[in-house]
Amino acid sequence: MTSPLIKTTGLSKQYPGVLALDAVDFDLVPGEVHVLFGENGAGKSTLISMLAGANTPSSGTIEVEGEAVRFGSVADAQGKGIYTVFQEFSLIPTLTVAQNIFLGWEPTKGPFIDHRAMRRRAAEMFEELDFPIDPSAVTATLSRAQQQMVEITKAFHGDMKVLILDEPTASLTDREVDHLFDFIETLKAKGVGIVYISHRMQEFSRIADRITVLRDGALIGTVAMAETDDAALVEMMTGRAISEIYPRIERQDGGVVLDVAEVRTAGTLPCSFEVRAGEVLGVAGLVGSGKSRLFRSVMGLNPRLAGTVTLGDRDISQAHTREIIQAGVYYLSPDRKSEGLDLAKSSNANLGVNPMMARLEEKLRGFVNWRAIGDKTESIADRVELSTGYRTKLVSQLSGGNQQKVLFGKAFGQDIDVYIFDEPTVGVDMGTRAALYLLIKELAEAGKAVVMISSDLPEVLNLSHRMLVFAHGKITAELSGDEMNEDTVLKYFFDESGATA
Amino acid sequence: MSDATTSNPVFGAIRNLFVRVGVLPFFLGIALVLFTILSDKFLTMQNLMNVARQSVYLVLVSMGQMIVLISGGFDLSVGTAIAVTSVVSALGMVWAVGVFPDAVWLAIALGALMGFGAALLIGAVNGLGVAYFEVSPFIMTLGVSSVAAGLALFLTGGVPVSGMPFAFADTFGFGRWWGVPVPVVVAVICIVLMWVFMSRTRVGTQIYAVGGNIKAAHLSAIDTKKTLMTAYIVCALIASLTGLLLTARVESGEANLGGTIALESIAACVIAGVSLRGGIGRVENVVLGAFFIVLVQNGMNLAQVSSYMQMVLLGALLILAVIFDQMRYRMIMSGG
Repeated sequence: MTSPLIKTTGLSKQYPGVLALDAVDFDLVPGEVHVLFGENGAGKSTLISMLAGANTPSSGTIEVEGEAVRFGSVADAQGKGIYTVFQEFSLIPTLTVAQNIFLGWEPTKGPFIDHRAMRRRAAEMFEELDFPIDPSAVTATLSRAQQQMVEITKAFHGDMKVLILDEPTASLTDREVDHLFDFIETLKAKGVGIVYISHRMQEFSRIADRITVLRDGALIGTVAMAETDDAALVEMMTGRAISEIYPRIERQDGGVVLDVAEVRTAGTLPCSFEVRAGEVLGVAGLVGSGKSRLFRSVMGLNPRLAGTVTLGDRDISQAHTREIIQAGVYYLSPDRKSEGLDLAKSSNANLGVNPMMARLEEKLRGFVNWRAIGDKTESIADRVELSTGYRTKLVSQLSGGNQQKVLFGKAFGQDIDVYIFDEPTVGVDMGTRAALYLLIKELAEAGKAVVMISSDLPEVLNLSHRMLVFAHGKITAELSGDEMNEDTVLKYFFDESGATA
Repeated sequence: MSDATTSNPVFGAIRNLFVRVGVLPFFLGIALVLFTILSDKFLTMQNLMNVARQSVYLVLVSMGQMIVLISGGFDLSVGTAIAVTSVVSALGMVWAVGVFPDAVWLAIALGALMGFGAALLIGAVNGLGVAYFEVSPFIMTLGVSSVAAGLALFLTGGVPVSGMPFAFADTFGFGRWWGVPVPVVVAVICIVLMWVFMSRTRVGTQIYAVGGNIKAAHLSAIDTKKTLMTAYIVCALIASLTGLLLTARVESGEANLGGTIALESIAACVIAGVSLRGGIGRVENVVLGAFFIVLVQNGMNLAQVSSYMQMVLLGALLILAVIFDQMRYRMIMSGG
C-alpha cells in the first residue's frame, strides 16, 4: 500500500452538547476514490470540513503525506494541495463565471484587474476540464449543474493532490454525471486522491475504491468496494436491516380518485395519470425531471398551462390551492423550513393551524374553539409519535426528524383523501423514516390515496404499488409489479428517446 | 469563580423573562426608577392617571400597527390615516351640519363615517399593494403616506377646518362616561375587542400564521392575500378612530395630526416584544409598550428634557429595542 496522502488519527469534534465526530481514523491514498457514506448528521460534513481547513478539530491529528498539520483556514489546506467543493455553492450569482473563478486572486495589470486575461485563463481551464461553459456568462444564468462545474473549476487550480467532493452529483443530469466521473478517472490516473461524499449507492460501484461508513459521528468501518454490497452498506449506515425499515403495505383498490389529464406546466410536457384510493403511487425521477413541478402545478402552486385535473367528479384544474386542500388533497412540501413550518412557533401551534382552518367544532362561526383544537393536536402528536417534551418547544429547536414529524402531523389536521408527499424523508434519520413509513402504510391501508414523490429510489421501490418515472419533463414509464426494479427504473431515468408508458 | 456560580440562577431568571416577554419589563423598571429620582411629581397618582389618558391615542394606533407587524409587514401610513380622517371627517361634519342643521348627531355620524371611509381606502390600497402586487410594505405604505398627506393638505389648503358641532368635541374630546374620560372608555373597549380578535377568531389566528411563514400558511389552506388585506384595513380603521378622537380633542380638522405616530407606534410594538419578522406579538404587551412610550415622554417633560432632545432619545430607544429584539430572536431560535 502506498503511503497515504491524508491520515487522521482519533479525529474528534466537540460542539456544545454534541460530539459531532468521535475519534475517527481515516486515510486516503494517491489515486483512489474514497467514499464517505452515512446519514445526515453522521459526521461526514464535519470530517471533510476539518480536512478542508474550514473547521478545527477538538482533538486528534491530521497528517498530510506523513507530516502533522494544523489548518487555520481553507487557504492553508489549499497550500497543501487539498481542494474542496462544498455542497453549498460559494459562487456569487451576480458576477460572471470568470470573476467567480478568480475571486480573491484576480490577474492584474498594474493596479487594475485584467479582465481579458481572466476570461482567457478561465476559458483555458474549462477547455482542459472539457466543460462547455462561457466564462463571460453571469453565474446566475447557469443551470445548477453548470454552476457545480464552475465550482469544481474554481477548486481546480494550482497543484492538486486531494480533491474533496461533497455530494457533487445531487443536482446533475446523467450525462453530466458521466462527465464528472470521466474527470474523476483522469484525476485518479494522475495520482490525485479523491474524497467523495454521496448518498447515491448506485454510483459507488462505478467509481469507489473504498468506502468509509460513519454513523452518529463514529466510524463504523472502512470496506473495499469489491468486498461489499448495497445491503451490507445500508446495514452499516443505519444499524438495521433493510427489511426492518420498509413495511409491507397491503393494496386496497378503491378506484380512481384523482385524474390528471394532459396537464402541462412550465418545464414539462403534457402528462396524464391516475391516482387510486388505497394505493401508494411512487413518483421517481432525477432532480429537474419535472416530477415535483408537475404535482405542484396540480396543487395550483406552479402555473397550470394546459390539461384538466379531476378530483372525484369535480374539476379542480383552475381551483386555488386552498380550495384544492379543502376539497381533500394535501401536499406535503419538500422544504419544511421555507414553506412547511412556522419555525418561530411551537409544534402545537403549527399543528393547530390545519384544524383551525378546517373549522374544527367552531361553536360560533369565525371563532376558534381552542379546547377542541388542543385535543386534536394532542392526538395528532401522539399519532406521529412526537415526544411530549417537544410539543410546546419551538419548531426551530427540533431536529430535522422531529420537524418532519410535525410537518406530517399537519396533514392529519383536516379531512384528506389524497396525500401527496413530496420528498417525505429528506434529511431525516433512519429511525424517523421507519416511523413515517408506518404512517404512510396506515393511510394507504385505510383506503386513502398516497402519492410519494421521492429522489430516494429504494424508498419508492420498496413502498409503492405502482410508480411513475419522470425524465426530461415527461412521464417515461408507468411501472408496477416485477417491472419495479432498480435497473428498469434507471433505464427510464436516462431515457432520451421517450419510449413511453 | 464562586461569584459566577451564585449569580447564575439570577441570570437564568432574567434570561428567561427576557426570552418570554422581551425587553419591556426591564425598560419599564429603569424608566420608573430614573424618573422618580429626577422628579418628585412623577410617581404620583395624578400624574400616572394623566399618562394613562394621554396614552390612549398611542395605545390604539399601536394595536393597529401590531396587527400589521404580526402579519409580517409594517405600516408607515398610520399618521396620514389620522390626518386624512381628521380633515375628511371635519369637512364632512361641517357640510352635514349645513344640510341638516337640526340633527347634530346625524351630522357627526355622517362626518365620522366619511372619515372611516377615507381611512378604509388607505388601508385597502396598502393591502392591495402588499398582498396582490407584492410591493414591499416599506415602499407601499411610505408612498401611500405621501399621497394621502398631499391630498389632506390639498383638501384644506393647509388651513385647519373649524366649525364642527360643539357636541362632538364636548363628548369625544372632553366628555366623561361613568366618570371616565370618553377616549379611555373607547380605548378599553378596543383593547378588549382586539384581544378577542387576535386570540379567539380565525382571522386573528390566520394573521399570526401568515406572518410566521406565508408559504406554510398558503399550504395550510389560508387565503394569505385576503388575510394581509384584512390586517392593513383593520390597522387603518383603528388609526382612523384615533384620528376622530384627536380631532375632537383639538376641535378642528388638521392635516398635520399624527406626525410622529408611525415611529412611536412601531417603537411601542417592538419594545413590547412584537417581532419585526412577523408572527409574534401580544395585545396586552403592546398596550403596556405604548403606555411605556408615553410614560417616558411624560417623565422627560417633568425632568425638563427639551422636545428636540426627546426626539433623539425616542429614536435611540427604538434602535435599542430592535437590537434587543434581534438578540431575543436568536435566543428563541437556538433554544435559549
